[in-house]
Amino acid sequence: MAILVDERTRVLVQGITGREGRARARLMREYGTKVVAGCTPGRGGESVDGTPVYDTVLEAVEASGGIDASVIFVPAPLVKDAALESIAAGIALTVLVGDRVPVWDVLEIARAAERAGVDFLGPNTLGVLSVGRGVLGMIGGRAESARSWFKPGGVGVASRSGGMTSSTGYYLSRAGIGLSTLVHVGGDGIVGLPLPVVVRRFEADSETRCIAIFGEIGGSQEERIAEMMASGEVTKPVVAFIGGRAATQGVRFSHAGAIVEGGRGTHAGKVAALREAGATVVDAFDELPGAVAKVLEG
Amino acid sequence: MARLTEFQGKQLLRGAGVAVPRGELARSAAEAAAAAGRLGACVVVKAQAWTTSRKAQGLVRFADSAVGAGDAAAAILAARADGFAVTEVLVEERVAIATERYAGIILDDRRRRPVLLVSARGGSGIEETAREHPESVAELPLDAVEGLPRHAARELWRRVGVHGEEQRNLAEACVRLAAVARAVEARAAEVNPLVFTGDGRAVALDCRITVDDAAVFRHPELGIDVARELGHPPTLLERIAWEVEKDDYRGTFYFLQMRDAVERGQRVVAFHGAGGGGSMMGMDALARHGFAVANFCDTSGNPPASKVYRAARILLSQPGVDGYFGTGSGVASQEQFHSARGLVKAFLEEPLAVPAVVRLGGNGEEKAIEILTGYTKALGVPVECYGKDTPVDACAARLAALVAAFTPPPPRPPRRGPGPVERPYTFSTPTGEITYDHAVCARCQSKACVAACVPQILALSDGVPVLKVTREDAARGRCTECLACEVDCAALGSEGGHVALEIAGLDEYRRARGLG
Ligand code: SF4
Ligand code: SF4
Repeated sequence: MAILVDERTRVLVQGITGREGRARARLMREYGTKVVAGCTPGRGGESVDGTPVYDTVLEAVEASGGIDASVIFVPAPLVKDAALESIAAGIALTVLVGDRVPVWDVLEIARAAERAGVDFLGPNTLGVLSVGRGVLGMIGGRAESARSWFKPGGVGVASRSGGMTSSTGYYLSRAGIGLSTLVHVGGDGIVGLPLPVVVRRFEADSETRCIAIFGEIGGSQEERIAEMMASGEVTKPVVAFIGGRAATQGVRFSHAGAIVEGGRGTHAGKVAALREAGATVVDAFDELPGAVAKVLEG
Repeated sequence: MARLTEFQGKQLLRGAGVAVPRGELARSAAEAAAAAGRLGACVVVKAQAWTTSRKAQGLVRFADSAVGAGDAAAAILAARADGFAVTEVLVEERVAIATERYAGIILDDRRRRPVLLVSARGGSGIEETAREHPESVAELPLDAVEGLPRHAARELWRRVGVHGEEQRNLAEACVRLAAVARAVEARAAEVNPLVFTGDGRAVALDCRITVDDAAVFRHPELGIDVARELGHPPTLLERIAWEVEKDDYRGTFYFLQMRDAVERGQRVVAFHGAGGGGSMMGMDALARHGFAVANFCDTSGNPPASKVYRAARILLSQPGVDGYFGTGSGVASQEQFHSARGLVKAFLEEPLAVPAVVRLGGNGEEKAIEILTGYTKALGVPVECYGKDTPVDACAARLAALVAAFTPPPPRPPRRGPGPVERPYTFSTPTGEITYDHAVCARCQSKACVAACVPQILALSDGVPVLKVTREDAARGRCTECLACEVDCAALGSEGGHVALEIAGLDEYRRARGLG
């Protein structure tokens, strides 16, 4: 099963004629992802490494016989339009790789996605990778690296940090613990599929037995996972590490924002909430594989 | 800075039709006194600084005469707010207050919507109010496109017990505040207190607006020169760093100074992170080994070597640090040798005079380690580089050991520029200029540049390297500024290749501080 992407997912790449789009489409294909179409306005009729390019997303959907996910590689100021186009075409999952996407653009994208009943991942995401099945975005960087770093198995990995998503996946695999799907939810404050939503997907996924989270200070995503565990919505074991114990600098924090979030966001608060809800929270990152192994045995 | 001053915020509110007190900015006691004279003597003088509890710090003072206003301004301008100098005060008429309320537009990550937050109890910190008097606080999620309907604003004020004319006027102010927040793409726009005056007006007595860093590019009207949420007025070095980042969309470079003066032996290091999570882990590890950081820095999102180079030069322009520590997540998707080359160029030019430990785990790490350690041997200071199988804690421990055992080498002159060039062949790159001395190249045995050029845009012609693509294409981005034709040339070739990458303002900055 895995979540969000597998070997059957039919993928569109928006911005495929650009340097990033072209390179990342190759990575996705080499890892086994079904990249069936590309889209760049004004470049319809061309092809990129054998993938047909269309002028509009809807045209790509019609001509290719259906698209399940679109991955967007366009500069930040253009992301909103590209995302709205994908959402308007009814594509179930849109992945916004770009960073520096203005937050009010993200709010508009979120509004459109909510109305259309579709999802988006990101912005500012490396994407999602289901081990041995498919990748949307650029986790792993190269297909051969992704193959050697991540081994298949039953642990779902999610993080707000791209590097730490890969890193968590690698250290688990190196310890002999296999993975179902790795999700980088995106580094921005407001994202389409935050950690709690991803955890809910892992809960529903028959293949995932345990969920490993690399959390960090700021925002309320980790606390919401704790709430879901406490309410019984999440029953699978959660093992987490929360980064940022010493480093509070360089992280956005608004006082009024903290109120809406119920005074959350601190390192101690997140650790306590998760522990209280029954999660295993390790104090050092390198204790994570051991803790996951123990949970899987138990 | 992406935080607007109170004065800027109030001007925006005034433009949108929200009443604010009449006021003027002043940069000296004399200016403040003159302003008070024009405003009618009875004034309040407020430091234009982003700090909480200005009143408690004596940064807000009242005066009943022009002379008094001058004295108040003098006292405030001599003070420091959170360690930074106060350079401006706002002199404002005083307003007859009947009630003090709070209103703010903030972005809610949970609902992914803007939210209007109001409180019947304004004046003090909204956080404490929400804790101590939750019944006085109410919130309303907004539609990001449609904004705030007037009736909903009235209803919200009713929920916290505000009625009649006051309710109507506060609601109107909120509708306009929401419009301002949307127009300037604010992450937060707060008015505290929002007062109702004895003569029946809603007036914004204070205003704090934080603009989304990522949206600053489409708001030239705001005159924000450094689109970064720093928590203090940008330092000179932060301004220099922002100039590097501003127009270069290849990857991200974030630089924030934690302290402006550092001395040797204080266990303060230059910190070079890659990626938010990895940086956080790195700073935590340094803290566990008794180090503090002079700065926060993040180069991530697959930046070119040139950007990493500029970041490293800026980091090394902080004198007094005891070491250089770099780390990412350990398992980066991006090719790590780009960062390695950027660091080598910076370390050699500086030249680096403190121990460095850099963790460059991820794609291409073997090559990255070889480049960073192999090409910096001549420096005579320890430079160690590790990959994904070395935990960040072990790297911090290595730095601690190196710093403990370190004796500084005799000072060396900085090494910059190619020196005299006999037969120059030059072309522009996206942000710099490359020169090959073809007289040197003709004698060079290795021609290492051609093989090492990552995008493979160089070829040999008559035994010397030239572009295979047009100069225009090279300048437009076919040259990815991978720096191989300088860094690998210096290590393996004959030093005939040089990439000039200017950092506007840095030389001046360093000269003023006695750095080479
Ligand atoms: S390696 Fe250096 S010296 Fe040799 S040919 Fe290339 S640029 Fe010239
Ligand atoms: S010419 Fe080639 S080797 Fe030199 S900086 Fe440009 S891309 Fe790199």
